[in-house]
Amino acid sequence: MGDTVSSVRPTVVLRGAGLALGGRPLWQHLDLTVAPGEFVAVLGPNGSGKTSLIKVLLGLIPLSSGSVQVSGVPPRRGSSDIGYIPQQKSFDRDLPIRGIDLVRLGLDGHRWGIGLPSRRRRRRVEEAIASVGAAGFARFPIGNLSGGEQQRLRVAQALVGNPQLLLCDEPLLSLDLKHQREVVELISDQRRASAISVLFVTHEINPIMSVVDRVVYLVGTRWAVGTPAEIFTSARLSELYQTDVEVLDVGGRIVVVGAPDSPHAEAGSSHYHHALGQEAIIR
Amino acid sequence: MTLSDYLSETFVRNALIAATLVAITAGLIGPVVIIRDLAFAVHGTAELAFTGAAAGLVAANDPVLGALLGSIVVATAIGLLGNRVRERNSAIGVILAFGLGVGVYLLSLYSGFATAATNILFGQIFGVSPGQITLLTAIAAGVLIAMVLLYRPLLFASVDPELAEARGVRTRLVGLLFVYVLALTVTEAAQVVGTLLVLSLAITPAAAASRLSARTPVVIAVSIAFALIAADGGLVLSLLRPNVKASVFISVISFAFYVLARVAAKFVLPAFSARRRASSSTLSETLVDGHATDRAPDGAAVASVATSEREDGVG
Repeated sequence: MGDTVSSVRPTVVLRGAGLALGGRPLWQHLDLTVAPGEFVAVLGPNGSGKTSLIKVLLGLIPLSSGSVQVSGVPPRRGSSDIGYIPQQKSFDRDLPIRGIDLVRLGLDGHRWGIGLPSRRRRRRVEEAIASVGAAGFARFPIGNLSGGEQQRLRVAQALVGNPQLLLCDEPLLSLDLKHQREVVELISDQRRASAISVLFVTHEINPIMSVVDRVVYLVGTRWAVGTPAEIFTSARLSELYQTDVEVLDVGGRIVVVGAPDSPHAEAGSSHYHHALGQEAIIR
Repeated sequence: MTLSDYLSETFVRNALIAATLVAITAGLIGPVVIIRDLAFAVHGTAELAFTGAAAGLVAANDPVLGALLGSIVVATAIGLLGNRVRERNSAIGVILAFGLGVGVYLLSLYSGFATAATNILFGQIFGVSPGQITLLTAIAAGVLIAMVLLYRPLLFASVDPELAEARGVRTRLVGLLFVYVLALTVTEAAQVVGTLLVLSLAITPAAAASRLSARTPVVIAVSIAFALIAADGGLVLSLLRPNVKASVFISVISFAFYVLARVAAKFVLPAFSARRRASSSTLSETLVDGHATDRAPDGAAVASVATSEREDGVG
């Protein structure tokens, strides 16, 4: 799938899009079209504006230049066309709310009032929970569930409104490899079943390598869009980073060596992994 | 006088009505206070009700009106000064300290009975006038309506602010509105238990209730029930022991609920839910698995990912 699909209305269209935050320019002149059912990974060093791209699509921050459309219209906050999985963080242990309540908030949490019981709504919530295989633990307190279980429920919450676009911001952080694989497969199955476009922000391509259609790689004000095979070459990444970067294929895993992290990187945040991996290889 | 004699007295009935109204509103907002981590804001607005009351005494000889107007000012200040928890708490600390200083100064200007002001510190439940009952009823009705309207967006914004914002909830507005609701409730409760003991109705019953259930509506219902028993029970007990203030009994009863709830949550509920977990066989594998790996702190998960990377890289 990809650019060949022209008969269907694209889910996301960015034309000459540029963003500057606090006077600092991030990606500029970005052109991107995402087709229904397409799985697009967004990669790049810390501070390259991956999360900001998601916030633009959510209608939370405006572009500095260019245009953006989601499902044919400019993004607006609270659109039911979009499902969103924010950066993985765990819930407080004694939060008085159950998994099923969290999923339901994804459906009607933005409305005023208590919300009268509705059979249709209840069925929709149960379906979403069943589709992510969370029926067994959805009635336990959310804070007592494991990170993998919480993340399943977040996927259900994002899907419950039948979105056309699923925005995922580092949904695999702090999950172990088994749960990473489960969550990735879950998201990929869902987009195949319902032709949902997925925009998946991550700092690590390997866990999603088997499902990803295209990659958006953001570095400074530059960017590249293409299939993983097109983007993950030493030449392409060296050009992006403007320094010598080597892409190695180690037993089917892609390892990027020599990519400098942004000087704006916050210590201890999402990029620990990159740095450690690199160090290991240099030794 | 026996208890039944007391209960036929108008001032006792007024006190019971006031205690009931306060318990319902305080018990209602308590669970949200806990979810939003606003316990210090409750304490701050309660203490500042003293300043408002002192100002009311000096300006119009009406402490309740002063406390109410003061709480609106305080809520606006808290709502505007801080959004993040740490920022907000230091802002409350700053306003609290300044406000108390102003309150003490205002009190030195007041030439009437000093008890009128100290009453607001420790409660004056048996002095509730019919006019105050009307005011308390109006506030309780307002809080109830506001909480019904705010329920879903407030819960959403409290549990998952980022997602709520993206889904179109005006999280800042909802948070600010709740601080107003909180300030009104706290000022109302201060009339009954006194500013120093407001937490025993606005936090303790909710803290106890949230130990017992994870269903938000159940937690709210149980919290209100605990607050009602504490407020009305404390009132009745103070009739039997007139030398002890009602607020003392109220704080003791609600503390007892909290201790009991913790004990129940530790020893009674786990046995109950273990039975329930065991009976639903479908989830056993995922659950056991998930808990084994995920209870480890984030650091451990990071380490394991890094190690696997290293193996791949070197090997």
